[in-house]
Amino acid sequence: MQRSSWPWRIFKALCLTAISLFFLFPILWVLLMSFQTNADILRVPPSPFFTPTLANYKALIAGELTGAGSTLQIAYMKNILNSFVLSACSVLLSLLLGVPAAYAFARYRFRLGENIAFTLLSFRFAPPLLVLLPLLLYFQELGLYDTYIGLIWVYQLITLPLILWIVRGYFEDVSPDIEHAYRIDGHSWLRSFLKIAVPLARPGIAAAALLAFIFAWNNFVFALILGSSDVQPVTVGALAFITASGIQYGQIAAGLVLSVIPTFVLALVMQRYLVEGLSLGAVKG
Amino acid sequence: MTTQDMTQASVLPARRRGGRLRAALPYLLSLPSLLVTIGILIPFGTAVYYSLQRYNLAFPFTRGFIGLDNYAQFLADPAFWNTVRVSLLYTLLTVGVELLLGLAMALLLQRRTAVNNLLSVLLILPLMTAPAIAALMWKLMTNPNFGVLSYLVGLAGFTDFRWASAPSTALLTVVLVDVWVYTPFMMILLLAGLRSLPRQPFEAAELDGVPASFVFFRITLPMLTPYIITASLFRMLDAIQQFDIIYAMTQGGPGDRLMVFQVQAYLEAFTFTNIGRSAAFLMVLWAITFALSNLFIKQWLKLRERTHHAAG
Repeated sequence: MQRSSWPWRIFKALCLTAISLFFLFPILWVLLMSFQTNADILRVPPSPFFTPTLANYKALIAGELTGAGSTLQIAYMKNILNSFVLSACSVLLSLLLGVPAAYAFARYRFRLGENIAFTLLSFRFAPPLLVLLPLLLYFQELGLYDTYIGLIWVYQLITLPLILWIVRGYFEDVSPDIEHAYRIDGHSWLRSFLKIAVPLARPGIAAAALLAFIFAWNNFVFALILGSSDVQPVTVGALAFITASGIQYGQIAAGLVLSVIPTFVLALVMQRYLVEGLSLGAVKG
Repeated sequence: MTTQDMTQASVLPARRRGGRLRAALPYLLSLPSLLVTIGILIPFGTAVYYSLQRYNLAFPFTRGFIGLDNYAQFLADPAFWNTVRVSLLYTLLTVGVELLLGLAMALLLQRRTAVNNLLSVLLILPLMTAPAIAALMWKLMTNPNFGVLSYLVGLAGFTDFRWASAPSTALLTVVLVDVWVYTPFMMILLLAGLRSLPRQPFEAAELDGVPASFVFFRITLPMLTPYIITASLFRMLDAIQQFDIIYAMTQGGPGDRLMVFQVQAYLEAFTFTNIGRSAAFLMVLWAITFALSNLFIKQWLKLRERTHHAAG
């Protein structure tokens, strides 16, 4: 591609600037807003120059919002903690279930094997409300409504297909020869799985786990329907918070910032593996 | 890796030394995953059953089996056709814009320079934002009192531009949020596609002095097509089911402007307690996604084969 005439290069730079502005400005604006008082936020015209304040974050962390003359108790930090618990436990369970299954699909051709693998994949594409609606009634009968365990179970619909298919790809890319050799030395299947196969696929397993964490963190609809505020993650909590906090706009902004920090940090750490995760293991970056 | 046939090499003989346990091993390994998720399949059957019932929580005594009546009623129901129309429009607009913009971004960032590498990392951030949170961010930005976007369009002369609250601009506003969140998905998939293309055709075209537009339409685009199709189908599957952005932004309003399938079904069930009708809406959506996902999985498998079994 040797079209580096000056007008062309300037045109490209302008396009990139406009695109970056569109995608990054909203994040920057909300970030700035989270350090502003209501007076700063409501100023016309809006100005990027203001005395930053940490009051919004302090109020959120203390769980007390002082609005128009009254104090409101909020549990936003509890929502964030819920997000951590739900995402981390869901990923752990998915690893426990999914890594052995991924190994089976990668290493063995067995009857119905591909059918099982695709059935598991197809869960990723069904409309979630279709199962959530009856599941709500079942959960209420079983006592699973509004529990971590119930939600972690349902979160498997997101995390398990992701981990299964990404890790399967990694096992397929690792030659089975070392395992063969180790087995011929007289070691059991379990030992060769734990000592050889899993360590060799470890980068892929780690990448899949962190990506699954991001997806679980960003989920909204499962907990909206299957939980009350006690177990709801930050995505659902933020929506309730916006209605509850009235006109404390800076605190809303601070709440949104806190809710995206974990996934942003993970995305920056994981960037090499993002393509693979987003395509469920079909494309490598 | 060499060019040896990995598909052959990677398969361990399942029953070399005989033994039932050995043959059962792959099933033992994969069944727990299936069992945990099969619990979710049972409610699917229940949903099908609900959709064949007159079932409204407010009138428990009228509950009964009515066959396909819920579906038959859809034919003459303007609310149903509105949902179909809005969902399809939303899907076509979002995926169309995201494809064009994502392709443009991938082409702009194709060369591995320091600036491009940095940008391609930063531009992923919207995709890492939960869609519900993204909707709330845009809700703040379009707030009539202090939203920076409301201010900017005010400067441009649209003093009463009400974004998601106005019937005429509601759809465009949620499409804009969807584009903000998901265009990076298109971008990184197509960028990975572009960077994986073989170099020879481009080098040959350059030596021959072939014009850039010819290179793009006759070489780049055809070679990129598998990636474009896979990424677009993937996005269509998600877009037709969109719930988070629309629910967090407007709950389907104003009026019925944004009543896509899942929002409509949610309100049918939780506001109007009409479980039977809600399930019927979701079954129609499921039929659409089932057809789409079959198309998608075929394309996705082709790409996967290329990535994991190709030489090199």
